[in-house]
Amino acid sequence: MAAYGSDQLAALADPSRRAIVEALRAGPRAVGELAADLPISRPAVSQHLKVLKAAGLVADRAEGTKRLYRLEPDGIAAVRAYLDRMWSDALKSFADLAESPESPEEEQP
Amino acid sequence: MTLEPIRKTITVACSREHAFKTYTEAFDSWWPREHHIGQGDLAEAVLEPKPGGRWYERTTDGSECDWGEVLVWEPPARVVLTWRIDGDWKVDPDPAHASEIEVRFVEEGPRSTRVELEHRAFERHGETAAKVHDGVSGDGGHGGLLKLFAEKAVA
Repeated sequence: MAAYGSDQLAALADPSRRAIVEALRAGPRAVGELAADLPISRPAVSQHLKVLKAAGLVADRAEGTKRLYRLEPDGIAAVRAYLDRMWSDALKSFADLAESPESPEEEQP
Repeated sequence: MTLEPIRKTITVACSREHAFKTYTEAFDSWWPREHHIGQGDLAEAVLEPKPGGRWYERTTDGSECDWGEVLVWEPPARVVLTWRIDGDWKVDPDPAHASEIEVRFVEEGPRSTRVELEHRAFERHGETAAKVHDGVSGDGGHGGLLKLFAEKAVA
């Protein structure tokens, strides 16, 4: 699922899109509601939502005349997968130093 | 959706004592520089090697941000850290809202140590896992993970 994670990474690189994701943590919202609460125009919110949806981070559904957007739980799971990779990076870096001649072992008594 | 703990294992060619000291006392020397919270570049990542010790970062602008604290200190076998960064990517001082990272050091030989890492209890950061599953009420601590994710993106 590495490619999926990369899509999300790219989607979240934009501060406006991070703000939208944060706003959706409170619950499903319509485009107009998001635009009212954020310093982003309605067309821009729509565009950002399109990117977030393509990345699997948000899902939408029609409700009456409105379209409601919510965070996509599977997308969140992919984010967790990314943190998973962060720990892999960290442990590898740790192992490199632990085994490095630059950090010699002290003689054990 | 239950949020399974993250589990990692790596075997290093050194004694358990050395592995433990490297992980804790030399934390700054190996922590990947791109993983941090503050706006500036990471100047120092510190894990105070004692029970109740702070675990924090200092960025080049001099500001510090707590990641958590040392919950369990059992050299050279085990260290448990809390992760206090909440869904808003701020420090939540309530220990009940912190997830945990346990690192175990298991001796496999005089020069071989298995290091087992587990990052667990993500649900403590806020909303319950059930709510996450419903997709009704946000993502609690996962907002923090999103930010972490974003940090990497802009790094």
